[in-house]
Amino acid sequence: MATRQTRILAHAATAPSTLVLFLWMIVPLAMTIYFSLLRYSLLDPGNESFIGLVNYEYFLSDPAFFAALFNTLKLVGGVLLISVVGGILLALLLDQPCWGRGIVRLMVIAPFFVMPTVSALIWKNLLMHPVQGLFAWIANLLGLQPIDWFAQAPLTAITLIVAWQWLPFATLILLTAIQSLDEEQKEAAEMDGTPPLSFFFYIVLPHLARPITVVILIETIFLLNVFAEILVTTGGGPGNLTTNIPFLVYAQALLQFDVGGASAGGIIAVILANIVAIFLVRMIGRNLEA
Amino acid sequence: MARAHSLRRRTITTAACWLVGLVIFFPILWMAVTSFKTELEAVEIPPKFLFFDWTTENYGVVQERSNYLLFATNSILLSLGSTLVGLLFAIPAAWAMAFAPGKRTKDLLLWMLSTKMMPPVGALIPIYLLFRDLHLLNTRGGMIAVLFLLNLPIIIWMLFTYFKEIPGEILEAARMDGATLWREIVYVLAPMAVPGIASTVLLNVILAWNEAFWTLNLTTTDAAPLTVFIASYSSPEGLFWAKLSAASTLAIAPILVLGWFSQKQLVRGLTFGAVK
Amino acid sequence: MGRIHLKGVRKAFGDVIVIPSIDLDIADGEFVVFVGPSGCGKSTLLRLIAGLEDVTSGRVDIDGVDMTNVPPAKRGLSMVFQSYALYPHMSVRSNIAFGLKMAGESPEIIKQKVEKAAATLNLSSYLDRKPRQLSGGQRQRVAIGRAIVREPKAFLFDEPLSNLDAALRVQMRLEITQLHQQLATTMIYVTHDQVEAMTMADKIVVLNAGNIEQVGAPLELYNTPANLFVAGFIGSPKMNLLNGAIAAKFGAGTIGIRPEHIATARDRGEWQGVVRVAEHLGSDTFLHVDAETIGRITARAPGELALAAGDKVGLTPRPDRIHRFDSDGRAMRA
Repeated sequence: MATRQTRILAHAATAPSTLVLFLWMIVPLAMTIYFSLLRYSLLDPGNESFIGLVNYEYFLSDPAFFAALFNTLKLVGGVLLISVVGGILLALLLDQPCWGRGIVRLMVIAPFFVMPTVSALIWKNLLMHPVQGLFAWIANLLGLQPIDWFAQAPLTAITLIVAWQWLPFATLILLTAIQSLDEEQKEAAEMDGTPPLSFFFYIVLPHLARPITVVILIETIFLLNVFAEILVTTGGGPGNLTTNIPFLVYAQALLQFDVGGASAGGIIAVILANIVAIFLVRMIGRNLEA
Repeated sequence: MARAHSLRRRTITTAACWLVGLVIFFPILWMAVTSFKTELEAVEIPPKFLFFDWTTENYGVVQERSNYLLFATNSILLSLGSTLVGLLFAIPAAWAMAFAPGKRTKDLLLWMLSTKMMPPVGALIPIYLLFRDLHLLNTRGGMIAVLFLLNLPIIIWMLFTYFKEIPGEILEAARMDGATLWREIVYVLAPMAVPGIASTVLLNVILAWNEAFWTLNLTTTDAAPLTVFIASYSSPEGLFWAKLSAASTLAIAPILVLGWFSQKQLVRGLTFGAVK
Repeated sequence: MGRIHLKGVRKAFGDVIVIPSIDLDIADGEFVVFVGPSGCGKSTLLRLIAGLEDVTSGRVDIDGVDMTNVPPAKRGLSMVFQSYALYPHMSVRSNIAFGLKMAGESPEIIKQKVEKAAATLNLSSYLDRKPRQLSGGQRQRVAIGRAIVREPKAFLFDEPLSNLDAALRVQMRLEITQLHQQLATTMIYVTHDQVEAMTMADKIVVLNAGNIEQVGAPLELYNTPANLFVAGFIGSPKMNLLNGAIAAKFGAGTIGIRPEHIATARDRGEWQGVVRVAEHLGSDTFLHVDAETIGRITARAPGELALAAGDKVGLTPRPDRIHRFDSDGRAMRA
C-alpha cells in the first residue's frame, strides 16, 4: 500500500542492512567451506593444498568429535530440562499473590544479565571449590563428603552454571505467557470448580505449549554455542570431558592451528544449528501472519 | 472466599517466592559480599556472612593491578558504539518493513533473523584470519563492527515490532503535509517511537556488553572489554577470590541495573515476537 | 480553484483489480461524496486522488494540470483521515502548524493562520493541549484544522465520522457542511453511510466493486435510481424489491417501491398481509409485513400507528412511485 516512489525509498532503506548482513553471513561461510576442503595449517603457511573431504573424514572418525557431540547434546539437554521444568514451576509460583513480587522478580531475573565469564568463575571458585567453596562447607555441615565438582562431574558443573544463567529467561517468558492467560478463563474454571491440578494440566499447560516450544528453540540456538563458560573453567578438560563442538573447533583452529580440520567442524556445527533454526524460523513466520 | 484463608495463603506463597528468589540471586549476593572481604577471609571456612571487617581495598587493587578502567571504557565504547551504528542502519530498514511492506518483506525479515542463528564457530576462522590480515585484531573498530553485525537482526526486529504499532495514517498525514521521508522520520516517526527505540538500545547494550565469544577470541588487551578482563582471573590459584569478586561486581553492576529496567522488552526482543 | 478530473483511472494491486476504469469530473467548489459498501474501492479512489497510491493507468488532473505522477505534498490537497492521524507527541498548535512549517512559512504567518483556523473550529482554548487530552469530536476538529490552514485546492475526507458516536456524528456532519458553505472549496468525502451522503453532498458518486453505478444529486438518486444497486443502497429503510409475477404485471424483471410510498390501512388495500414486526419510532412506524403471494414488505407510515405483530393490514403502493427494472437490473424509463 504505497506509491512507486515510497517503494523505491523502501528498497533504498533496507538495502544497507540487507547487504551487510548478507556479506556477514555468506563471506565467512563460503570461506569456511573452502578452508574445510584444504590441508591448511597456520604453522605451515603458504602450503595449502586441496584435499577434498579428507578433513570431514578425519573429523567424523575422530573419537574426540563424537565425545564433543555427546557433550554438546548432554549440555543442551541438561540445561533445557532444568530451565524449562524449573521455569514452569517458578513461573507458577511467581504468578501467585505475594508481597514484594517486583523485588522477587528482579532477583530471579538477575542471573540472565551476568556475563558468562563472571558467572562461570564465581560458581567455580566461590561456590563449587572442593575445599573453600560454599557448597563444600554446606556438605560438611550436613556430614556429607563434599563433591569436587570440576574433577568428579565437570560437565554437570558446567550444566548447572549454564542452567543458572538460562533459568531466568525461561521463567520470564513463561511468566509473561501465564499472565496473558485470560482472567475470565481463570474465573470460569473457578466457577466450574476445577481442581488446581486439572486446571494446570488442562488449561495452563496447553496455553504454555507454544511459549515452551519457543523457549526450547531459542535456548537451543544459544546453548549449542556455549563457549566462554568452558574456556574459563575447564578449558575443555579433564581430557575432553567438557569439550563441546564450539570448543573443539576453537581448540583445533587456535590451539592446534589446523584451519582445515576446524573449518570442517565449523560446517558440521552450522548444519546442526540449522536443523533447529528451521523450526524456529517457521514458528516465528507463522506468528508474523497473525 | 474467606479473607483469612487467602491471607494465610498469601503469606505462604510470599515466603516461598522470597526463598526461591534469594536462592537464585544468592551467587550474585555472595559475590558482592566477598568483594568486601580480605583475601584471607574470602577463603575462610566456615565462611563469614556479615560479620567481618568490610573493606573496599579490593576495588582499588583491581584498578591498579589490571587497569579496570581501560576494560570498562572498552565495554562502554563497544556496546554503545555497536548499538548506535546498528540504529543508523536499522531505523530506515525497520521503517520500510513496517510502513511500505512488499511481497518479500516477511521473507527478508525472517532471513535476517536466521543470520542470528548461525553458530559463530562457523565464521570464527575466516573472521579471525581476515582480522589478522587487515590488522583489525584487538581494535575497537573491528569489535564494534562484529558486535554491530551480530545484533543488527535483533535491532531491526525490535524496531519493526515497535513501528508496527504506529498507525500508518499518521505518516501519510505527514506526507500530505509536505514532509519528505527524512522529515517524516525525524519529526513524526522518531519522536513517536522514542520508548521503543530506547528499549531497543537498552537490550542491545546488554547483549553486546555480555557477548563472550567474539570478544574472547578477537581481543586481548587494547580493545578488550570486561568479559576478557574477567577471564584473565581464571588462573587456577584460589588466592584472588576477593579481587575476582570485586572485579566481577564492577563488571556486572551497571548492566544489572539496565537489565532490570529492560525486563519487559527482554521478552519481546529475545523471542522475536513469538510470545506476546 | 479545485477542479478535479479523472480519466480512465485504473488501480490493481498485483492481480487484484480494485478499480477497473473510472472517469469522473468534479467541479470547483463542489461537495462530492463517494459512497458504497465496504470494499467498493471508494477509499482507494480517494487515495489515488491524494497521491498516496499510484494509478495503474489513467490520468488525474487537478485544475487542468496532469498530477498523475506528482507526490501527495505537491498536489495542493489536504486530507482528513478516518483515525484523525494526529501527531500524538505534538500540541494541537504544532499539529495544525506542521504543514505550514514543512512549507517553510514564517513563524508570524504560521501563528496567525493557526489562530484563525482554531477560532473557526472553536479550538482556541485547546491549542496547547496534546491530542490525547481531547475528546473525539475535538480531535476531529484538529484534523480538520490541520487541513484548512494549508488553504488547499480541495479537501479529502476519508470516513471522518465513523469513529464518533451517533450524536456527535450528526453534529460534526452539520459543522462540515457549514464549513463547506463558508470556504466554498471543493470537498471529496468518502463514507459508507448513505445518510451522510444524502445530507451533505452536492453530488453523490455511488461505487460498487470499483465501478461507478451512478452519479447525481441526492434526490436524483432517490427518485430515479439507475439500477437495482443504487435503488437498494440509497434510502432507509431500504426499497422493497419484488420480482416474479407481480413484476411481470408491470412488464419488468423487478419492481421497487420505497416503504414511505406505501399507504397502509387496517382493512383494505391492494395487497393484504399480516404484520410480523412493528417498530414504533414515534415520528414514524415501520411495519414489516408478510403479504400474500408477494413476500416480506416493509412499509413506513408517518406518526403513531396502533398496529402490532399479528394484526392484519392492507398495503397500497403509490403507482407513480413504482420503479421498474429490466432483467439486467437497469432502470426502465417510462
